[in-house]
Amino acid sequence: MKLQQISVFIENQSGRLFDVTSLLGKNDINIRALSLADTSDFGILRLIVNNPEKAYTILKENEFTVGRTDVIAVEVPDKPGGLAAILGALSKHSINVEYMYAFVERTGDCAIMIFRFDETDKAVEKLTEEGFNLVLGTKIYGI
Amino acid sequence: MIWNQYYETMPKDELRKLQLTRLKQLLENVYHRVPFYKMSMDKAGVKPEDIKSLDDLRRLPFTYKQDMRDNYPFGLFAVPQEQVVRIHASSGTTGKPTVVGYTARDVDTWAELMARTMSAAGVGRGDILQNAYGYGLFTGGLGAHYGAEKVGAAVIPISGGNSKKQLMLMKDFGSTAISCTPSYALSLYESAVEEGINISELKLKVGIFGAEPWSESMRQEIESKWQIDATDIYGLSEIIGPGVGYECLEEKRGMHISEDHFIVETIDPKTGEVLPAGEEGELVFTTITKEAIPLIRYRTRDITSLITAPCKCGRSSVRMNKVTGRSDDMLIIRGVNVFPSQIEAIIVNKQELSPHYLLIVDRVDNMDTLEVQIELTEGLMIDTISRLQELSKGVEKEIKDMIGVTCKVRIVEHKTIARSEGKAQRVLDKRKI
Repeated sequence: MKLQQISVFIENQSGRLFDVTSLLGKNDINIRALSLADTSDFGILRLIVNNPEKAYTILKENEFTVGRTDVIAVEVPDKPGGLAAILGALSKHSINVEYMYAFVERTGDCAIMIFRFDETDKAVEKLTEEGFNLVLGTKIYGI
Repeated sequence: MIWNQYYETMPKDELRKLQLTRLKQLLENVYHRVPFYKMSMDKAGVKPEDIKSLDDLRRLPFTYKQDMRDNYPFGLFAVPQEQVVRIHASSGTTGKPTVVGYTARDVDTWAELMARTMSAAGVGRGDILQNAYGYGLFTGGLGAHYGAEKVGAAVIPISGGNSKKQLMLMKDFGSTAISCTPSYALSLYESAVEEGINISELKLKVGIFGAEPWSESMRQEIESKWQIDATDIYGLSEIIGPGVGYECLEEKRGMHISEDHFIVETIDPKTGEVLPAGEEGELVFTTITKEAIPLIRYRTRDITSLITAPCKCGRSSVRMNKVTGRSDDMLIIRGVNVFPSQIEAIIVNKQELSPHYLLIVDRVDNMDTLEVQIELTEGLMIDTISRLQELSKGVEKEIKDMIGVTCKVRIVEHKTIARSEGKAQRVLDKRKI
């Protein structure tokens, strides 16, 4: 149920973001979703790609500071209150969201959100119990 | 003004006789009372009675900061603990501080030395000294305090920092003298300008500056901005604190060392060989009157040279030039002694960080700044900004708590700090002193 996100630490220097994306592009890695969190000194680029294993190896070989994080993709009904319903369920079970971002593609009538939780396993269990649809990694990487 | 005419102008030959008598007493005392000295002298094959002239001093082994650390906290004390009336400490190269104790007589000696320092700077009865050296474990504050009181000056024990208040009291109380680090004097001047203070209306006439290296050009800058005389002082807590060396207003060239209390040598830091006066080398002190923690041939790691030429002021003592460098990697940042190894000890405990770091020291608006760049480990273990910030703030706080210096920690990418083939380059000092 979990999928792998690639996290890259980058200092705030011009061209650093380009370096990461061009390296991935040259190696036929397609970025499916991303988010960038930053401060005045540095940022963390979070990526969902079609081949996380390969992306990780390539970034590492090229001496980027890179890590892998388990995240969860959840289908969110594409209508008012869709996201609130999920967040409400999480809140009920006291599960904290570290961060989240949206996936570009849709599945049917649903949008897809990527979530990073403090307790990933508990989140998977509770969201399933509450009837939300989690999207498999294999499906996400290939969308 | 000479505080102690008898000792400060004592003819050289008498001074040498006095030194030898005191040295012999000292050796007899420490050999029997401090196991460390018995051990080190036995190892060097020298007994107290072998020291028959001042030239024999070089037969005695050196004492290092490491020895103080190995004997932490009171192992080097030469008197029973109940005779110690004061304990100071300075930051050591690793977690534990370097501890120094004072008997009541040591406190008097220290006040005497600082009274000589104050007098040499023209501070005496009727003066108001604003003492902006830090009070506390650091010896600067209390050292200057006791000396100024001894000469009859009124002391404002304001300690360091809080520039607005410093300026208000300086103006309202009519401070005639200030003691602080030279960089703080310049920083305080900037604040005075911002506050719209008219410098020529102040009563300030002299500054007693030390605790960090500074240049002649910095002296000129301070003197012209504040319209005062700026004198340099030298000291280190291991020897006694401030008061080890002091400049006179007559020459302001070289700091007088009270030879009735200390024997000073300059040595080649590599071979340990004693150098002729005038040659640049590491300063080595033997304290011949201290009771609680006497030190024999203590390696200061400070590099400078001695001046034996007579001084216009009439003092007969040898003088030391400004310290030009260190024979170890110690940095002095805002008057605080910092060893890279202290910071390293904090970093290696953080599993998210690699042991590759660089200390960047600079001087911005006359104040020293320290930036600590630390590489992340190869695999990024953190994926949220808040955790990274917690990590860097945590290291900043630990450095502040352990070493006492405020710094900025900048986390950098893996493998971005230059690797060197030999000894790692840990420090980039951009200050122009």
